[in-house]
Amino acid sequence: MGESLPSGAQHHSDALRKPVKTLRVKMALLGSSGVGKSSLAIRFSKDQFSSTSPTVGCAYFTRMVHLSDVTFRFEIWDTAGQEKYHSITPLYYRGAHAVLLVYDISKRETFVRAQVWLKELEKQYIAGSTVIWLVGNKADLDTDRQVSTREGQSLANERGLFFMETSALSGDQVSELLLAIAHRVNECIGEQQGGLSEWQEPTLVDLRHPGRFNPFGYCCKVGP
Amino acid sequence: MERANHQEGEAQGVRICDPPSESNPPADTLATSLSLLGNHMFPDPVERLGSTTVSRDDPANSSDVTAEEPSVDAEPPSNQLMKLETEDTETSESQPVVSAQPADRGTEDAAADNDQNDSGEFVVAMLAKAKLEEQGIGVKGRSSPLLEAGTQESPTFTSHRDEDVTADSWRQHRKHVFVLSEAGKPIYSRYGSEEALSSTMGVMMALVSFVQSSDNIIRSVYSEEHTVVFLQKGPLVLVCVSSSRQSEQQLRGELMYVYYQIISMLTQASISRIFEHKKNYDLRRLLAGSEKILDGLLNLVDSDPSFLLAAVHCLPLASSLRDSLSQILQKAITPNLVFSILIAKNQLLTIVQEKTVIEDTRLEPADVHLLLNLIGASSAFQAGEIWTPICLPLFNPDCYFYAYISYLDPPDCTVCLLLLSTDKEAFYAVAECKRKIEEAMETQNSLSLIAKAQSYSVSQVGVSDLRHFMYKPFDVPDNYRQLTQFTSPEMEAPYGSEEEKMRLLDLYRYMHSRIHSTSRPLKLIYHVAERETLLAWVTSKFELYTCFSPLVTKACAITAITKLLRWIKKEEDRLFIRYPPKYSTTPNPSKSSRGGKSDQQDSTDNGFLSLL
Ligand SMILES: Nc1nc2c(ncn2[C@@H]2O[C@H](COP(=O)(O)OP(=O)(O)OP(=O)(O)O)[C@@H](O)[C@H]2O)c(=O)[nH]1
Ligand SMILES: [Mg+2]
Repeated sequence: MGESLPSGAQHHSDALRKPVKTLRVKMALLGSSGVGKSSLAIRFSKDQFSSTSPTVGCAYFTRMVHLSDVTFRFEIWDTAGQEKYHSITPLYYRGAHAVLLVYDISKRETFVRAQVWLKELEKQYIAGSTVIWLVGNKADLDTDRQVSTREGQSLANERGLFFMETSALSGDQVSELLLAIAHRVNECIGEQQGGLSEWQEPTLVDLRHPGRFNPFGYCCKVGP
Repeated sequence: MERANHQEGEAQGVRICDPPSESNPPADTLATSLSLLGNHMFPDPVERLGSTTVSRDDPANSSDVTAEEPSVDAEPPSNQLMKLETEDTETSESQPVVSAQPADRGTEDAAADNDQNDSGEFVVAMLAKAKLEEQGIGVKGRSSPLLEAGTQESPTFTSHRDEDVTADSWRQHRKHVFVLSEAGKPIYSRYGSEEALSSTMGVMMALVSFVQSSDNIIRSVYSEEHTVVFLQKGPLVLVCVSSSRQSEQQLRGELMYVYYQIISMLTQASISRIFEHKKNYDLRRLLAGSEKILDGLLNLVDSDPSFLLAAVHCLPLASSLRDSLSQILQKAITPNLVFSILIAKNQLLTIVQEKTVIEDTRLEPADVHLLLNLIGASSAFQAGEIWTPICLPLFNPDCYFYAYISYLDPPDCTVCLLLLSTDKEAFYAVAECKRKIEEAMETQNSLSLIAKAQSYSVSQVGVSDLRHFMYKPFDVPDNYRQLTQFTSPEMEAPYGSEEEKMRLLDLYRYMHSRIHSTSRPLKLIYHVAERETLLAWVTSKFELYTCFSPLVTKACAITAITKLLRWIKKEEDRLFIRYPPKYSTTPNPSKSSRGGKSDQQDSTDNGFLSLL
């Protein structure tokens, strides 16, 4: 490949050369403002923790995850929790293969809010096309805890969600979470016909067909 | 106080009727004009210190004569314009210098206010000082029940600003800005929490609705220390309480920016719909987290003359570099992409626009200001690629664009790319444009070239007495439909400190208000201030504000300005974005014939009503 790569691309396209396929996984983070969605997303994509401002609209990140037989390119849609964005949030999570419902273990109202999000999701999603995780973040704030681990776990069990407590601050359980999601997605969706689309390095092809790029989010079973 | 120093020379506004047309070379015109100054010094207008006025619109122009006659003093009934002028002359006596406000006034205030322990009373007292009752508005008799209307307020969100609104320091802020709903619900306050201020807002709303009930719209209230300006936009009421000595028009313009920034987040249509359904809706729910953006806007309004001039300031750049950047943007396009904007250090590098869009409308400076403020006010854009709805209120107040925002030089985050599309589904296509732009910039080494670009020093002009200037060319056929821009050097010594910067800006604001006075607009002002001499000049081709060292002679000023204009002419390709390039995205059948406007947004999508 003689072409130069876009300077910002963190991921080389050697994946294309290997027998291992690279599949695109759309993942959305939902939850109240301030629970740490962006902090988790930044952990996922760069394994860093930096100070954040409330997200404006939605922030998009990517991250490659290699499993033994497949590579996933996680396309992470970190939505804004502020109320003014609620009406457009479906634009961002529509067609997601994985959804993280994030709450802050030190703020009960964010746990309540996560359940409201869940209700909204349930209206739209079709079983088998999306894996949903309930994520109690800020686990480092154990002394201020308002939602017990057991409570989170039992809500998850009740509603058929996966559950994990994380700390974006310390990094605790963050990469474990991402890996677990990758495995679940692989089991639940990856095997299905047309469940996940293949990732192509766009540099070569799309320069000449700017309008043809087919956004992948719309091939999913979840309708708008 | 500083007043003693301002002799007549200082108020030498001279109206030059029918200025010589453009056929005269600028320098001649100026020389002629200046020579007039010596012979036609206008005596100081009658001193009217201490007079307070209330001006209103009377849309019905009704027979409500008494309400139309607010003057306390012996002046004949004057229209609003004349009152503005009154304010103007007051201003020229106590020069609009910030430093005129400290110690004395502070103690005065403290003495007068020492029995107040509530921000609401502050406003009441302030309004009382403005002798409202005596002006035929008659708030006096009815005030109490109305005042109480706003005092009970359900606690909702706790605001992060915990400034004590009962403290003197709160009162002494130079410029307060409040936003409230027509029902008197607090929406935003620049200082202190809206919650703690609910009674204040109630008072203001009472005032507004009272005046409305008699078919008038309250516009402004003047007292000795403060100007209070009201602006009603749809269901929102914006109030500015300022001791900055700016003109009413300027303060109103600033309130418009605040309104537009709110619109840019929520759209006018949504706000109207929300309040149609629920009159006492608490809009803070939707603005929660955006206070920083409004705070940032107000700080910029105070410190950046772009807002005063309603023009955009671009980063000076070799025209070859700017052209190559524009070409890069022009090549990276996709259907429904309408604006590609490149920003460095919070200043414009270039803007490229879709062809059909520019035929219809052009990008207004105010919309650019709002975008720049949004990006500058939040670090949210520094991580990831942002895809967010955003409304450009002057372009179309009711629709959203979808903005792709990403910095091109992480982790420094100084060069920012902004791509505006009318298609909310276009993220991947637009992100692909960014990658092309990034790649092309890499090939041309653009980032390091941009990094070298910087504002210029006034010393480059090579005129010894010239300390600073602002030059705004007008929209003449020459640069047709171009984004209105201005150019200005860095503020350097003696305007290096924040206080001195502000003092110079205040002088400019004062000159600007004189030039743009609706009652007595001036073409040329030569203003001998205490520590500098200013000259403001407006022609059909440009608006120019210059600041000289205090001892400059008129002759020197003339020569200086001639030189300056020549220098600008020579440098204009570097100082301005010339002939903004356009592109044409592939024809798109879904685009309506009227084109341009983001009319593909279905209105249901940006409605917040589902949440009410
Ligand atoms: N103690 C602790 N603080 C955290 C953790 N994760 C995030 N924070 C802090 O919580 C605050 C909010 O974090 P964000 O990541 O911006 O929250 P968000 O969910 O993205 O908020 P919105 O974008 O407004 O929806 C920041 O000050 C973070 O530093 C965590 O695991 N532990
Ligand atoms: Mg966030």
